[in-house]
Amino acid sequence: MAERLLEIENLRVEYHTDDGVVTAVDNLKLHLNKGQTLGLVGETGAGKTTTALSIMRLVPAPPGRIVSGTVRFRDEDLLKKRIDDIKKIRGNKISMIFQDPMTSLNPVLTIGFQIEEAVMLHQGLDRKAARRRAAEMLRLVGIPAEREGDYPHEFSGGMRQRVGIAMALSCNPELLIADEPTTALDVTIQAQVLELMKRLREQFSTSMLLITHDLGVVAEVCDHVAIMYAGTIVEYADVTTLFTNPRHPYTRGLFGSIPSLDEEVTRLKPITGLMPDPTALPSGCRFHPRCPMAGEICSSRIPQVTELDNDHSVHCMIYEGLVPGYEE
Amino acid sequence: MHRYILRRLFLLIPVMFGVSLVVFTIMFFTPGDPAKLMLGERAPEAEVAALRAQMGLDDPFPVQFGRFIYNAVRGDLGRSLVTRRPVFQELYARFPATLQLAAAGVLVAVVMGIPIGILSATRQYSAFDAASMGIALVGVSMPNFWQGMMMILLFSVTLGVFPSSGYGTIRHLVMPALTIGTSTAAIITRMTRSSMLEVVRQDYIRTARAKGLSESVVINRHALKNALIPIVTVIGLQFGYLLGGAVLTESIFSWPGVGRLMVDAIRQKDYPVVQGGVLLLALTFSVVNLGVDILYAYIDPRIKAQYK
Amino acid sequence: MRTETDDIIQSSDEHPGELPESLAPDEHPTVLPPEFAVNKRRGQWAEVWRRLRKNRTAMFGLAVVLLIVFTAIFADVIAPYSYRTQNLDRIAEAPGRDHLLGTDDLGRDILSRIIFGARVSLQVGFIAVSISIVLGGTLGAIAGYYGGRIDNVIMRIMDVLLAIPSILLAIAIVSAFGGGIVNVMIAVGISYIPVYARIVKASFISIKEQEFIEAARAVGARDGRIIVRHILPNSLAPIIVQGTLGVATAILSAAGLSFIGLGIQPPTPEWGAMLSSGRHLIRSAWHVATFPGLAIMLTIFALNLLGDGLRDALDPRLKQ
Repeated sequence: MAERLLEIENLRVEYHTDDGVVTAVDNLKLHLNKGQTLGLVGETGAGKTTTALSIMRLVPAPPGRIVSGTVRFRDEDLLKKRIDDIKKIRGNKISMIFQDPMTSLNPVLTIGFQIEEAVMLHQGLDRKAARRRAAEMLRLVGIPAEREGDYPHEFSGGMRQRVGIAMALSCNPELLIADEPTTALDVTIQAQVLELMKRLREQFSTSMLLITHDLGVVAEVCDHVAIMYAGTIVEYADVTTLFTNPRHPYTRGLFGSIPSLDEEVTRLKPITGLMPDPTALPSGCRFHPRCPMAGEICSSRIPQVTELDNDHSVHCMIYEGLVPGYEE
Repeated sequence: MHRYILRRLFLLIPVMFGVSLVVFTIMFFTPGDPAKLMLGERAPEAEVAALRAQMGLDDPFPVQFGRFIYNAVRGDLGRSLVTRRPVFQELYARFPATLQLAAAGVLVAVVMGIPIGILSATRQYSAFDAASMGIALVGVSMPNFWQGMMMILLFSVTLGVFPSSGYGTIRHLVMPALTIGTSTAAIITRMTRSSMLEVVRQDYIRTARAKGLSESVVINRHALKNALIPIVTVIGLQFGYLLGGAVLTESIFSWPGVGRLMVDAIRQKDYPVVQGGVLLLALTFSVVNLGVDILYAYIDPRIKAQYK
Repeated sequence: MRTETDDIIQSSDEHPGELPESLAPDEHPTVLPPEFAVNKRRGQWAEVWRRLRKNRTAMFGLAVVLLIVFTAIFADVIAPYSYRTQNLDRIAEAPGRDHLLGTDDLGRDILSRIIFGARVSLQVGFIAVSISIVLGGTLGAIAGYYGGRIDNVIMRIMDVLLAIPSILLAIAIVSAFGGGIVNVMIAVGISYIPVYARIVKASFISIKEQEFIEAARAVGARDGRIIVRHILPNSLAPIIVQGTLGVATAILSAAGLSFIGLGIQPPTPEWGAMLSSGRHLIRSAWHVATFPGLAIMLTIFALNLLGDGLRDALDPRLKQ
């Protein structure tokens, strides 16, 4: 069995706002094997970013609070570590690429310096060596090293995201968390950046947690997929299994809402209804108000995990035998 | 960049022309006859008329204004009606004291305001934050002339640590500088706090934290420089307030600056001095604001790019 | 100015239509920006009041301001003495049983003069700010609505006025035309015109491009009607906030003018003038200058608390 790099259990994160307590992540269970890429897929507000920030211990507090759970990284619980020790891991063993390259680089510092400072901090390089390293990283992501003295506003969105990638990989991390790294980019640029990440991930033999709402990206890059809905994982499987044999009604719904080129479909079947209000989540299974298969029990009981074959698990009453399932 | 500075300096000309027009107009329509003022109430009517003619006071407004501008450009702001000395010389002699006071006030404000503002922002909702924001609000609410008097009461009359008036040493400067700088310090504190709070919510601060940087590096290197932009604006605007405040503060502490000169001139209806004083302080204020705009370029490369 | 409109244009383009729609990028839960649409106005003010009521310091400020207004209105009833009765036998008397805050250099009761002084200061503050708002607001509205050359001319004039520190401008005006309550109001009012012109212009520019204004124009509403009925109500928020803080600044400016002998003339009980009369007594009778100063401070403090609270209540985006 593959070596576990990251294992999250029972994670619960809340935001305390004026309008009440929002449970952004609840009872979340997830694992990532060394050398692999896990896709974390879900709609806006499903809690994907919060999950990522929890791993980095970057959930903004207040209003956010990690209530409970464990985040095991190489057999150490990150949530129990002192913040000073976490800072030695951040940017070093685990690093992160953010969603919006237009706002996630500091506008008043040169891009070269923004790479150098992480290298100097974690690898103990002096200024000169750090500069060489930054130049090398820039070249790897396809930016001429001469541009290291330029400021973020002198680059396009796609180029800035390349800087973000160079920054994240500069200390050769074991885990790279990419939070919707291509969402804010033009479609043509998306493919290039994705290709670059794929290549560098292999070159640096880094494991990756890729957060996305784009199943196309998942198919292209990921080994495993976790589907997230309203703060929790509803289905987990390797990418082939998930695409050929999705089990959870929500996962099936997701595939129903994507136009396919192979099939002649007259009509997309979007999932009916909207994401629940995060301050007033439905009782029982969070998906039941939108679920075409829901039975009476779904509104009162929280579904348990059902382990199917081959590292495939699903949280649904159908597979616990409590609700009639699909006819197949 | 140089071209930008030149262009801005060039733009000062119409602004100062406008300021001159406003001030000259106000003074022109002032009731009272300067010639009579110079010669005294009991001077013979013929003598007054002669002086009026000699000073060109009977000419129409545009002629008088034109003459004023023509002379002002050459550094001649007329003569004081009281001392008969050139206004330029009067102002020139006292300007350094005013600049010294205003600069000391800005220094007090920056040295107190920025660190306290940062600490408040990084400890939002703490007791320190609440206390410093409360004190800052008191600082904004205090009339500075009253504060000056209270400081004289406490430090000169009661404790005897600082002299209540005079000029020349650091000890003389302490109370006037604190008086003139307190409300600016309070404003800078509040501005620094809100600007920092705004900046620390930005994505790039999260990026900096995600790199594993220590909190002090995140604040001092990544947040502060971004937060400084609105703070610098406020400092520039406050400088104008300080120059205006100098009028009051100088008269409390008998500080021999332009402000006190103007207050005395107002009492004696010595309008060329008032006029010259307003022009000088307005010019100083405009030049300082130009300096602030140039300073932006060194803080924010995006602004520098716009200046080209 | 230009950047503000750019921001607004950009923010409306932030979410280009994407398929599938329900799978938009992840976002943090944020407070919704207030919609200042006309038809929601009444509900919006109720909402502002609800938010303001939750803010304890702002409510404290409001209570103090109301108390001072009340004092000013009923000064005749509240004040123990007349503000002008001199008692030359009891000059500069320390606070005591007969005169709670002592007497001034002419033997007048300081407490009574402070109470009557509230009338003067509040009047000066509110009227001066009204002058600034009406004149500055009109100029700003014209500049913002019509733009182009008129805008340019108006804003250049404002630049000139802004180049003169406002207290200096007020000093120049009052020294030319003399003191007295009316001249002080006018002088202070004029000196803050540019502040409101800028605010109103900025909000006009941002509002006039919005759809409901286009709609009003499309149905043939006249400029004047569009300005008064549609744009003005929607630019009220920043004016109210600035106006509240402006009353405080105006009171301070007026007191400063009186302090250097340029403002309101005796025997009118103005706080700044009272302070000034205590100046030469500072060594022998501290209370003469101290209490009027405290009165100014309390008033300004309360107005600032209220102004800050209003800003938070009117623009929840600024609140953390």
